[in-house]
Amino acid sequence: MNIDPIILTLIVFFPLAGALLLALLPDRGRTMQWAALAVTLVTLGLTLHLPFHYSYASPAGSFQFEQNVPWISAPAIRYHLGVDGLSMWLMVLTGLLAPLGVLISWRAVDSRKKLFYVLFLLQQVAMMGIFASLDMFLYYAFWEMSLVPMTLLIATFGRSEYRRRAAIKYFLYAFIPSALLLVAMLWLYAQTGTFDLPKLAALAAGNAISPNTTALWLASLGFLVAFSVKVPVFPLHGWLVDAIAEAPTAAVMVLAGKTALYSMMRFSLAIFPEQSHRVAPLMIALAAIGIVYGGLLALVQHDLKKLAAYSTLGQLSFIVLGIFSFTVAGLDGGIYQILNESLAGAAFFMLLGLLYERYGSYDMRQYGGLAQKLPWVVTMFVLVSLSIIGLPMLNSFVGEFLILSGSMQSGFAHHHLWTAVAATGVILSAAYMLRMIQRVFYCELGTKSQAVTAWDLDAREHLALWPMVALFLTMGVASPLWMRAIDSFGAAAASRLASVQCTAPTETPSLPTTSGGVH
Amino acid sequence: MPLSASLTALLPEYVLTLTGVLIMLIEAVLKPGTSRKPLGWLAIAGTTVTGILSFYQLHLGVLTAFSGSIQVDAFSIFFHLLIGSVVVATLLGSLDYFESNAGEYYALVLFGAVGMMLMTCSVELLMVFVGLEISSISTYILAGFRKGEGTAVESSIKYFLLGSFATAFFLYGIALAYGATGSTSIAGISAGLGSSATPRMAFLALAMMLIGLGFKVSAAPFHLWTPDVYQGAPAPVVGLMSTAPKAAAFAVLLRVTFCGFPPLMQHRWSMLLWGLAALSMTIGNLGALKQTNVKRMLAYSSIAHAGYLLVAFSALAPAGIAAACFYALSYAAMNVGAFAVVTQAGGYKETLRSFEDYRGLAIRRPVLGFLLAFLLLSLVGIPFTGGFFGKFYVFSAAIQAGHVWLAIIGLINSGVACYYYLRLLSSVYTKPVESASVATFDPTPVVSVPAGIGLALAAAATLMLGIMPGHVLHLANYASSSLRITSAQVPPSAPFTSVTPLTNQPK
Repeated sequence: MNIDPIILTLIVFFPLAGALLLALLPDRGRTMQWAALAVTLVTLGLTLHLPFHYSYASPAGSFQFEQNVPWISAPAIRYHLGVDGLSMWLMVLTGLLAPLGVLISWRAVDSRKKLFYVLFLLQQVAMMGIFASLDMFLYYAFWEMSLVPMTLLIATFGRSEYRRRAAIKYFLYAFIPSALLLVAMLWLYAQTGTFDLPKLAALAAGNAISPNTTALWLASLGFLVAFSVKVPVFPLHGWLVDAIAEAPTAAVMVLAGKTALYSMMRFSLAIFPEQSHRVAPLMIALAAIGIVYGGLLALVQHDLKKLAAYSTLGQLSFIVLGIFSFTVAGLDGGIYQILNESLAGAAFFMLLGLLYERYGSYDMRQYGGLAQKLPWVVTMFVLVSLSIIGLPMLNSFVGEFLILSGSMQSGFAHHHLWTAVAATGVILSAAYMLRMIQRVFYCELGTKSQAVTAWDLDAREHLALWPMVALFLTMGVASPLWMRAIDSFGAAAASRLASVQCTAPTETPSLPTTSGGVH
Repeated sequence: MPLSASLTALLPEYVLTLTGVLIMLIEAVLKPGTSRKPLGWLAIAGTTVTGILSFYQLHLGVLTAFSGSIQVDAFSIFFHLLIGSVVVATLLGSLDYFESNAGEYYALVLFGAVGMMLMTCSVELLMVFVGLEISSISTYILAGFRKGEGTAVESSIKYFLLGSFATAFFLYGIALAYGATGSTSIAGISAGLGSSATPRMAFLALAMMLIGLGFKVSAAPFHLWTPDVYQGAPAPVVGLMSTAPKAAAFAVLLRVTFCGFPPLMQHRWSMLLWGLAALSMTIGNLGALKQTNVKRMLAYSSIAHAGYLLVAFSALAPAGIAAACFYALSYAAMNVGAFAVVTQAGGYKETLRSFEDYRGLAIRRPVLGFLLAFLLLSLVGIPFTGGFFGKFYVFSAAIQAGHVWLAIIGLINSGVACYYYLRLLSSVYTKPVESASVATFDPTPVVSVPAGIGLALAAAATLMLGIMPGHVLHLANYASSSLRITSAQVPPSAPFTSVTPLTNQPK
């Protein structure tokens, strides 16, 4: 049976069916865990259909596995799904992280399991929907929907009494810019009469969206700010640390980064190519600042989760740098690095979760000397750290290398300077990761590690971590496997952006103040 | 079977009135102490028949009766159905709520509904006034129906005093309009406005009517009564009076705005509504932020929602009317649902009042907690709920009309609104404080079957409006096209499908 036309619908809505199933099952014993694991594994199986049936021969910029039926006639909203080189691997990644998240929450979540797994699956529905939607309205619906399960996960399963505050902060940070995104979207609809992304991108390429440049500018900022908050990009990261510090491990694994970075490339760059060009120098600068800022703050944290949060900020800023270099290498590296960062970040949070499960603390000062007690844990920690640092042969090296070389080649003002600043981030990440390893696993025994007797990795945890490590290595040495699809998007996007640059009028109208500081 | 026009046109109202009278009569002969539930079922049956009759009228085209003072068109039928559904859901939820005097209660609800329905199908302002009075007087009494509670008396008196003041404004407006234009029918005023010798007085007359209606829909700055009245009134009644009378008042306002104005005055009037909308949204949301009582919070939220609905009034005619109709319906579904949950959670004694009391509701009563969460998310405007599409249509209509700034104000407001809805939501899903939990809850927290049906209907409607809004939107468009629009800015084709370039550029 050929399931290509409906595969995306299956992927998006299978977790929803699973969530309904879980809601009906009795919450007894380990039922919830097993059911959630089964659902997420089937979803992973479904997502794997994509790379195996992906047609690399199809022209760049086209979508595959498309499904396009009318949903609401007025306004013209279509149920339009499809993937290309950008979204395909992100969907597989989302599929992969879900069962790992279930495995890692197996014991950590011991009360109100039904609520936890239902919300977790709903979160997956929303993310899959974000990656698959090609109708902007449908996309926005999933985008908004993704806020709810995450907020509830933080509010209900957060670790300290500040969880409700962190949850509401996260929600407000994400919701208010999304409201402006909606205004921008509706304005676009009023101009063009369509929510369909390929159509909008075609109109944008022909400069046919609106003659009103000021309004276009404001709309493009509406898009960019909404996405930047959600990534987060440097000055908009206020929610990140609190949310990461509070959220349960399985939720943190999918909290930041990939959906918003994807949206930037999918929507901001496609619909507002000219405005993106103008704002790119600012974004490059903010990314470089974010890399250094994240690295420096990670260096001085005692709380492991906060360290991980600032490290995440730094890693994500690398991706932003790559994307806004508008070069093939930068875009390819950016997309590849989304995969790497998500995997390495997820593995890192899983390991922190393991430690917390055993010792009940994220405070680095209470640990020390764990290396002799937990040999497997320390091995995994070191491997993950090396991946985050970007050691050659491991996955992040490929991504970071491409990003830095891409941003060196980019045509924007001061790009050499900012790339040089960004490169110091590599050193900083090595510094804070190695410092963390040393403090937690070597040194003399700390209070916690002395007082509590803990067990090393058990079979379930091995099962959750080894796929990650295997992927680190494979993605480090066999990157073309992934790059083939990614490059089809990266090359098309870069050439489209370059052509816009050529046709853009030479005289520059006065820019809004937001991007004025860079010039 | 040919019936006379005056009979056919008001058939739904007749049926409802007769059911109400019947209930009053039976109540009088029933022995004290016998169950009043059959009366409730009778009321529900009567309302259902009314709804069916209204729906049947849809096939009859536009009916006019009583020398042109009644006009039954798709627009009025849309609101008839809305009011009927709200009444059915409210009655289902209150069958097991009242222990005594329930007969009067059912009759009053029906009489109130008759008044509201009359308001929606009258094109003669004096007739509107009669409807307004019928519906107001019943709701004044209903607001104080939890006898013996101090807050109930406060609620009823406050509502009565301020309400009569507001209806007086409305009546005064009618009188002035008659003076200025020589007519009290909407069409007559519309014709008279253009040639009036005293255009200022005519405009003042309409502004006074706006005060009266603004009070009914609790739009700022005429909102001050709302929190106190909602706090004291019985929860099922609040569910009713925060939706149905508002919808009726909005229907009148829609008729006045889109049928009563020659293009010349349209602009000034729409600026007035623009301000009212922005003010209501902002005051409602800011006021709700610091509330600790759930009913007061929902009261402020209803002020804010009145503001969102008013946004549609500043839009162009057919799209704006359709958006307003859709919003009124989705707001009715979610708000009736939310108050049904409040009814069931607290019971007659209203044991759950503050946000703290709601802590852990989802743990003790998971289904109720989930429904509340869903309805709150709809009030926030999260996708796949009716509230989202309501906001979506309203704001896209406003943006198409060039009111980008009003849309921005509205959407920022909906961001602010998240805070208090989420505060309640996260309370519902947090574990209760150990000591205070058990005592405050009813020993028998069982939702009765009819109440469950009412709640399920409201939630299902909210969900359906969020997933498949097409049919209702079609009906709303049909309703809006049945109004005789006087505004000159009518775009040529159907709403939403048309693409009108912006005239006002955002600056």
